[in-house]
Amino acid sequence: MWETIIGLEVHTQLRTKSKIFSSASTDFGSEQNTQACAIDLGLPGVLPVLNKDVVFMAIKFGLAINGKIAKKSIFARKNYFYPDLPKGYQISQYELPIVESGSINIFHKDKSKKIGITRAHLEEDAGKSVHDLFDDKSAIDLNRAGTPLIEIVSEPDIRSAEEAVIYLKKLHSLVRYLEISDGNMEQGSFRCDANVSVKKNTDKKLGIRAEIKNINSFKFVENAINFEVNRQINLLENGNSVIQETRLYDPIKNETRPMRSKEEANDYRYFPDPDLLPVVIDSSMIEKIKSDMPELPDKRLERFIKSYKLSEYDANILIADKFLANYFEETLKANNLESKIVANWIITEILALAKKSNIDTENFPVEPNNLNELLVFVKDDIISSKQAKEILQRMWLKGEKANTIIEKEGFQQISDSTELDKIVENVLKNNYKSVEEYMSGKTKLFGFFVGQVMKETEGKANPKIVNELLRGKLDKKC
Amino acid sequence: MDKKTTLKIADLAKIEISNNELEEIASNLTKILKLVDEMNTISTDNIEPMAHPLNFTQRLRKDEVLENNQRNEFQKNCKYTDDGYYIVPKIID
Repeated sequence: MWETIIGLEVHTQLRTKSKIFSSASTDFGSEQNTQACAIDLGLPGVLPVLNKDVVFMAIKFGLAINGKIAKKSIFARKNYFYPDLPKGYQISQYELPIVESGSINIFHKDKSKKIGITRAHLEEDAGKSVHDLFDDKSAIDLNRAGTPLIEIVSEPDIRSAEEAVIYLKKLHSLVRYLEISDGNMEQGSFRCDANVSVKKNTDKKLGIRAEIKNINSFKFVENAINFEVNRQINLLENGNSVIQETRLYDPIKNETRPMRSKEEANDYRYFPDPDLLPVVIDSSMIEKIKSDMPELPDKRLERFIKSYKLSEYDANILIADKFLANYFEETLKANNLESKIVANWIITEILALAKKSNIDTENFPVEPNNLNELLVFVKDDIISSKQAKEILQRMWLKGEKANTIIEKEGFQQISDSTELDKIVENVLKNNYKSVEEYMSGKTKLFGFFVGQVMKETEGKANPKIVNELLRGKLDKKC
Repeated sequence: MDKKTTLKIADLAKIEISNNELEEIASNLTKILKLVDEMNTISTDNIEPMAHPLNFTQRLRKDEVLENNQRNEFQKNCKYTDDGYYIVPKIID
C-alpha cells in the first residue's frame, strides 16, 4: 500500500495599504506600472524601510497558530534572475523567520488532526509578466512588486488531497478572521505550492518529492495532488523512479507537467540583506497584539454549537467565514428569532443567492436587520415562508425592505379563518370526486387539496390554518 | 575552487568571465574560502550570530501611501516600453 506525504507552502498577501518596503499603493487592478516606485523598481541608491503593519500582522498570525514569535528576526536576499524581479533578488527571510513552530487543527472524518507549521516568514511579491500581449516580446507590470506576503510552510503532516484542502480552507478562514489578508484567490492573494511524494507504508524513508507551483483554487489543489500521486505511484510500480523537480498544474488538461526551469539548480545563494537591520520584537508589542486578538474559528464553532444549539454541520458552515458568522449573529440579535431557523435561512437561501450573484460574504446587499424583519413577518404568520423566499429575492436584487414589498405587492398572508373557510369549502365542492377518493382511503390526496387552496389564493393562504380547516372538514366527512 | 565551479557561480550571478581571467579569479576565490575555513576553526558556540555589523534595530514605517505615479519619469530611463509596460525578450515558462 502506498502512503502519500504532502507539505504545503501558502503565500498570502497581507492586507496593507502600502508595500512591505516602500510607500507605494498595493491596490489591485490599477493601470500597469503606476504603483511601482523607485524602491519597487530597484533603482540604484534606494533603501527599503519595513512597514510596521506587516510585522504586526505576522505576529498576529503567529499567535493564532500558537507559534513562537522571534525576538529578533532578519531579512535575507534570495537571488535569482527573472524580468519581473527588478533587483535580481527577492527580499525574504531565511534564518530567524518571524514565526516558527506553530500548528492548526483540522477536522476530517470526525477526527481532529494537528498539522504542524514549520515557519511563517515575510517577503515581497514579484511583479507580473504578461506573455500574450505582444507577439515576440513579454510585457512586465511591476505594480505587484513589493506587495507584502507571508509564506506559511507546513510540516509534511498531510496525507491526502482531501486533507490538504481542509487544511487550506482552515488557513484561509484564519487569515480572514485575523483580517490580515482578503484571501482573494482569483486575484492571487492566497496561493499554494504543494510538495508531494509517495512511499510504501512499510518504508521509513520519505520518497522523492515533486513540487507543484502556484495553484490558486481549492479544487485545483485537490486535482493537482491526486494527479501527481497517481503519476508517482505509476512510475514506481513500473520500476521507474520519481525525479525531484518543479511542476506546473494545468487545470484545462488536469495534469501536472515539468516546469521549464527558470533558475536551474534552485541555487538562491541566500545571505542577510545588508540594507535591512534586524527587527526586534519585544514582549510588550506581543502583549498588545494579543489583547487585540479577535475570536478565532475554533472558539467560535464551540460557542455556536453551545449557545445557539446549532448542529456541528451548520455551525461549521457559518463559522468558516468570519463575515458570514457575523451576519448570522447580527440577524439573530433582535426580536427573539429562533437560531436554528435563522441559520437555515442563511445557509440555504442567502448562500444560494450569494452564489448565484457571485457576491462575497462581506457585501451582502440585504442587511442583517432587514433579514431579521423578514423572518419576523414569517414568525408572526403575516407571510408564508414560500412568500418570504420570493420577497427575499427581491430584497437581494432591488435593495427594497421586506415591509415595502409586502405592502406594495399585497404579499400579506391570508390568516383570516372565515375567509379561508369559504375558500376551503369551495375547493372541496369543486373537487368532490377527489373528496370521495380521499374518503375511500386515498389519504395522500390531502396535499392536493392544500395545493388547490394555495392556487385559489395565489399562495397567500396561511398553510397552518388551511391544514387545520381541511383536516376538520375532511375528517367530519369520513 | 576549480574552474568549473567558478564558471557555475559566474553563470548564477550572470557575470561573464573570459578565459584568461578565469584562473586568477578561481585562485582568488580559493584563497577567500581558505580564509573562511580558517575562521571556522574558531569555536563560536556561545556567541550569538551577527546579522548586521551595526548594533542597531530596524525602524518601522507607518503603513501609508506616500508615493505618486511617476511612471512616465521612470520609463524615460528605459529603452523598451509599450503602453506603460516594460518590454523584455519573450520569456515563457
